[in-house]
Amino acid sequence: MGAKYFGASVRRKEDPRYLRGEGRFVDDIKLPGMLHVAFVRSPHAHARIAAIRTDAATRLPGVAHVFTFADLERWMKPLPLFGAIPPGLAARVVVTMKQPHQLAMCRDEIRHVGEIVAMVLAGSRAVAEDGCELVEVDYEPLPVLADAEAAARPGAPVLYPAWGDNVALSFKAGFGDVETAFREADARVRERFVIPRYVGMPIETRGVVARWDPRDGAVTTWNGTQVVHFVQQGLAAALGLPLHKIRVIAPDVGGGFGTKANGYPEDLLIPAAAIAARRPVKWIEDRREHMMGSAHARAQVHDIEIAARRDGTMLAVRDRIWVDLGAYNSWGIVLPYNTVAHLLGPHRVPNLDVECLGVVTTKTPNAPYRGAGRPETVFAMDRIVDCLARELAMDPAELRRRNFLSAADLPYELGIPYRDGNPLVYDSGDFKAGLEAALRAVDYDALRAEQARLRERGIHRGIGISSYVEGTAIGPYEGATVRLDASGHAVVATGACCQGQGHETSFAQIAADALGIPLEAVSIVGGDTAAIPFGVGTFASRSAVNAGSSIHEASGRVKDKLIAAAAALLEAAPADVLVADGMVTVRGAPTSAIPIAKVIQAAIPTFARPGVASPDFEATVYHHQPTVTYTSATHVAVVDVDAGTGSVKLLRYLVAHDCGTIINPVIVEGQIHGGVAQGVGGGLLEEMVYDEQAQLLTGTFMDYLVPTAMELPPIETVHLEYPSPRNPLGMKGIGEGGAISPPAAIANAVEDALAPFGVRVTRTPLGPSVVLDLLDQAAGRRATPA
Amino acid sequence: MIKTIRVTVNGREHERAVEVRATLADFLREDLDLTGTHVGCEHGVCGACTVLLDGEPVRACLMLAVQAEGQRVSTIEGVAPADGLHPIQDAFWARHGLQCGYCTPGIIMSACAFLRERPAPSREEIREMLAGHLCRCTGYHFIVEAIEAAARALEPPHTRTP
Amino acid sequence: MKPAPFDYVAPATLDDALGALAAAGDDAKVLAGGQSLIPMMALRLARPSVLVDINRLRGLDGFREASGILEIGALVRQRALERWAAGRAPLFTEVLRAVAHPPIRNRGTVVGNIVHADPASELPALLLCLEGVVVARGPRGERMIPADRFYRAPLTTALDAQELATAVRFTLPPAGAGWGFAEVSRRHGDFALVGAVAVLMRAPDGTVARARLAFFGAGGTPVRGAAAERALEGGAPTSALIGEAARAAAAGLSPDGDIHATAAYRRQVAGTLAERTLTTALARCGGGAS
Repeated sequence: MGAKYFGASVRRKEDPRYLRGEGRFVDDIKLPGMLHVAFVRSPHAHARIAAIRTDAATRLPGVAHVFTFADLERWMKPLPLFGAIPPGLAARVVVTMKQPHQLAMCRDEIRHVGEIVAMVLAGSRAVAEDGCELVEVDYEPLPVLADAEAAARPGAPVLYPAWGDNVALSFKAGFGDVETAFREADARVRERFVIPRYVGMPIETRGVVARWDPRDGAVTTWNGTQVVHFVQQGLAAALGLPLHKIRVIAPDVGGGFGTKANGYPEDLLIPAAAIAARRPVKWIEDRREHMMGSAHARAQVHDIEIAARRDGTMLAVRDRIWVDLGAYNSWGIVLPYNTVAHLLGPHRVPNLDVECLGVVTTKTPNAPYRGAGRPETVFAMDRIVDCLARELAMDPAELRRRNFLSAADLPYELGIPYRDGNPLVYDSGDFKAGLEAALRAVDYDALRAEQARLRERGIHRGIGISSYVEGTAIGPYEGATVRLDASGHAVVATGACCQGQGHETSFAQIAADALGIPLEAVSIVGGDTAAIPFGVGTFASRSAVNAGSSIHEASGRVKDKLIAAAAALLEAAPADVLVADGMVTVRGAPTSAIPIAKVIQAAIPTFARPGVASPDFEATVYHHQPTVTYTSATHVAVVDVDAGTGSVKLLRYLVAHDCGTIINPVIVEGQIHGGVAQGVGGGLLEEMVYDEQAQLLTGTFMDYLVPTAMELPPIETVHLEYPSPRNPLGMKGIGEGGAISPPAAIANAVEDALAPFGVRVTRTPLGPSVVLDLLDQAAGRRATPA
Repeated sequence: MIKTIRVTVNGREHERAVEVRATLADFLREDLDLTGTHVGCEHGVCGACTVLLDGEPVRACLMLAVQAEGQRVSTIEGVAPADGLHPIQDAFWARHGLQCGYCTPGIIMSACAFLRERPAPSREEIREMLAGHLCRCTGYHFIVEAIEAAARALEPPHTRTP
Repeated sequence: MKPAPFDYVAPATLDDALGALAAAGDDAKVLAGGQSLIPMMALRLARPSVLVDINRLRGLDGFREASGILEIGALVRQRALERWAAGRAPLFTEVLRAVAHPPIRNRGTVVGNIVHADPASELPALLLCLEGVVVARGPRGERMIPADRFYRAPLTTALDAQELATAVRFTLPPAGAGWGFAEVSRRHGDFALVGAVAVLMRAPDGTVARARLAFFGAGGTPVRGAAAERALEGGAPTSALIGEAARAAAAGLSPDGDIHATAAYRRQVAGTLAERTLTTALARCGGGAS
């Protein structure tokens, strides 16, 4: 089969509707008699609720209902959990883990600012908000936990008293003999790095609409989620309904980035309210709610140490990690173990010793966001590598060159399992070649020469490098049903859900190639539990490999059925039947070409004849992906730092990456650009700031700073293609990669720019005030040498 | 409090009774079912709700519907011809200037007004204009290229008004 | 995020507007561009009982320039001033570029921005630097409030609740004057962390005839850099003198810290920006020897 569409930058099929304003997002759904919801959310970080009085709100004209926990109690089962420890992992890593129950609405105790206390249903959102102001809640404040590391110390107030401490998760992992390696090393460098809380922040907030159909005893809910089947399972358990009585639809979704791949209270509260109120119900999260009620991310502290020989050969890494989980631990092993599994990345390091603690605090829960543990761990590793380079007086590119794995080393097994419990074996790639490609593309040597010249003129230019190896396309599966209709058009249903990645195009490219029909003849349906019974969803850079492989295989099976019918119709041997561009031909008889629709129609029985074959042109394949594919990249950032104001200007940003075979190059490039932009945000602008009372200080877009076009340079990309042996088309995942390295690359560049001052960067975001403070600290160190 | 207003939207006059606290964005979406105008923050920062008021881009979330009395409003639904796309929309399509499509209508509206005023903008000018819009998917790079391409496609001085 | 309920009036005359303000007591808010007021209402941080929409008033949307004074009416949008200034008043052009983004400037008024009195906003500091005046109309008639007596505290001015600012007046820098403007903000278009605007004039002998410096984001109100002005006027504008003047002005500031910058940062960088703007202003001075 010749690939006609795979690898081509075809225009996206979904774009015209978005461009014309004809997309359909959750907020665009309007049902007759619909009520609007606003929530009463806790202003306290930690408090016991002594009383809630709802009478005044209920009496407000326009308010239909006010619900508290007690009103919906029959459905208030604990929210579903992710991140159980797979057996393969449990066999090799001893993990202590506790996952407290989280209720959709607070019963008696509040554990973070923004937790839901009550809900008001009214004829309009404005009136619902008026109603919320009339709900009186008596809070008895309890001690707060604003800092994860402090919360892990003995003597800290305990959030879940039965535990005895606040450590929800802990484990050690590693290999080799780290003690000896450190003892025998020529150089040892140690530093503490802080990765702040920053978040996905899609421009469309979350939203849920739900309708209860008493005739069918069924719920239909539209939810801007990345995981429709997961939401369906949670609803089935809480509402006590069979799965097929719950239809979850993710319509057009305005960005997800992991933030919408979570299990949320509102996923349940809105359908439950629709059942209780016997009317359709809509809730659209406002931006302020999003800031406190949608999952936060990152938030780690690393005490990391590296040992090396004088020639730069890395000998060992030791790291102690605190992950601030926020108030619950619904993601279990996912973030902490991702962090550990990705620490070493492209470096060959023979000895590793890591201890990781997941700590609960009275803050918004932490959940995976584009990269999910990798940006954090890469920040720690790539910063300590740059610190080592400085210690050894070696160029940071040269130090990396001496330690990166290359194609000859692969497949390469790290001495710890992956999060899925399978051995952690890099499947394909050449990390050293990727580094060299990046250095060549930015003209690294010329940049260094220019830097030296500029320094003489008082211009502080810096160059920063960061590289990662990323397990992508985590399984265990995704499925696809491919079906031809009587007009020869294909409908492909999959459990993958799209939030802007272009599934309707890239999946159609795979299906059209495998079916032998034009791209225009393929429709993709994702994000609808009625379209396919089982699914996992879109997150973790998994959809191209998992859903794409299913679509490829299922399309092939449908094509086989088509060929069998055509062979019967044309009285040819199946091996002689060719399908291309929607036409069927018999080998050697090009004039015999007929449209595939004719074959399909010939299979449908009429009164005059049976069909030439069963009119079953449908196949379902659930692709099993036991373990991940490894994507890799090197990023280079070039900055100028104004030493008078601390302002950092990002001048250039280059990515050299491998994501296996590429379905649609321009879509891949767009994924990289978007990921980089979010990473740049984390490096320079974005942080969810809490005060010591665990009060959230970043409540609006005036405080939480998403980068604009003026803070971003053009993003340069170099594509390298090392196909993965782990799926039929050689693909790897690319959704998250762009976001992994920018904080590290930028921090390295800023430290490089200010190297003459002896600045050491240990945290992001690098706003002007932070940078000037670093300069002051460095000046202080110089004034009082230790 | 309710007031009756008369507003011309995409060339069509509408008379409606509205809550005085309703924003122009809510009015367009709820009362006129013009849901192409998206709401991303309701405090004027993200730019998703940008529409043209008498030809100039404004935030529909920072204006009350009653303030639009007697004025002309253009929304994304009025940009394209009945079938097909406006050259700016086509440039966004050709250059992959959008991903999830949520911020896109606001950016297209700003770009329409911008290219009318600056038919041959520099990349820096495009970025400065774009800075009034938050896009979380694209990193802006392809949007800049799309607007550049649109400027070339619209032969200046062009007279197209959405 | 919907505003709390309120009543709305859109008077057709200035007298009606003043009457509406008087009738409403302290609870009314004037709505002009609304670019600061509406988001505060959406967040329910502002909850006026009455909005007095002045957009239907006539005669407030004009510019008047006479004898070096530019008067700008209360309904002049920032974008209109930007267009007026293009090719004519580069200081205004540069300052306005830093005020939010075009869709905000298309609605936001110059007077509204100045009266809103955000201490990190650019236009109030420009008014102070150019020794401007706010023209206020109230039940007792019209009064002129000089910029340096207008600002009291963050979001607080000398305007009475029943007064309406009908215009502002800027003293335009005369020909030959040099100007400088600089700010540090987290992103383009954001409120400044700290900023400075300066105007310098030189005497025929090369000394500084007149220096004006104002800071924003450096305290609870825009602040005049009086110490720098005194240090410079009459002196030979060497880089040493400019540095000394800038440091003197910054030393007198008492800015606040917040999540975006510490107070110490604002004080230190105010000095840096004062030095840069004064240096730029000097380089742009016509006339006197350099």
